[in-house]
Amino acid sequence: MKDLSLHIIDIFQNSVSAKATKIELLITENTERDELLMQFKDNGIGMSTEMVNNVTNSFYTTRTTRKVGLGIPLLKRNAELTGGDFSITSELGVGTEINVRFKHSHIDRQPFGDLAGAIVLTATSYPKTRFIYQHQKDGMEYIFDTDEINEVLDGISIQSPDVVLMLKELIESNLEEIRVKK
Amino acid sequence: MEKIKSLADLKKRQESLKSKIDLRDRANDPESHIQVKVSMSTCGIASGAKHTMEILIQEFNRHKIDAIVTQTGCMGFCFAEPTIEVRKPGSEPIIFGYVNEEKAIEIIEKYVLNDILVEGIIPANYQSIDNK
Repeated sequence: MKDLSLHIIDIFQNSVSAKATKIELLITENTERDELLMQFKDNGIGMSTEMVNNVTNSFYTTRTTRKVGLGIPLLKRNAELTGGDFSITSELGVGTEINVRFKHSHIDRQPFGDLAGAIVLTATSYPKTRFIYQHQKDGMEYIFDTDEINEVLDGISIQSPDVVLMLKELIESNLEEIRVKK
Repeated sequence: MEKIKSLADLKKRQESLKSKIDLRDRANDPESHIQVKVSMSTCGIASGAKHTMEILIQEFNRHKIDAIVTQTGCMGFCFAEPTIEVRKPGSEPIIFGYVNEEKAIEIIEKYVLNDILVEGIIPANYQSIDNK
């Protein structure tokens, strides 16, 4: 994965497979403490303790099409490369939570990449799922919530190509406002 | 046009958009639209499926084609990523492999607009994750 936005799409996809109806992502950048935190939360079907212990193993997957599952192991490794860490907790029937910590200034810390694109392309792919994306940077904050967006759209599908491009612009200009670097 | 910065700006655009597009609810009637699914699990994402998806949305918008482009899970063709499935109303879905930017444009211009098949089709004896 070249940047963090691609990891985000990947992890969202896991939540979607877990039949989540609400997926939350909180990114916190704290330059003073030189930390970058990403917290993913979903209300999907959750996992058993055994499965939670296995997901960071590259040779574990629920897929039947092939024998490896690299999404989570790659994210974990990339966080650890910067001196950060990774944790995952899950409860059957309740949901899953992933916490990833990166050292913000570390040379191996991947750039964010196209965050707005990652959020919008996933959120508009699954219109029945509520996506909440919150980005905090040194006390400034932006929140994107598809429930609010759908209210404003008032009947127009969130999947119209026009809307997809508009939403991308909305997130991009707000991230610029709170000085998030790509 | 002014940049969209707030929900209020979005609302303004929504109003002008509302008069432009017809208000059939796609969610209730997805069969009447062209549907494109982009395989986006770890393998697809790492091969550039996000870029492919963005190009598809841009191109459909440019050609003013009412299409729904969405993500989907792994289709099992990890060797041929990025992979997309194109379903035109009334015809069987077709899966294309190795869809980079050029290929995506070619598929829209040839297959979607003019019904000409292009290279790179993956035969349809597959089962997708969704109907297992």
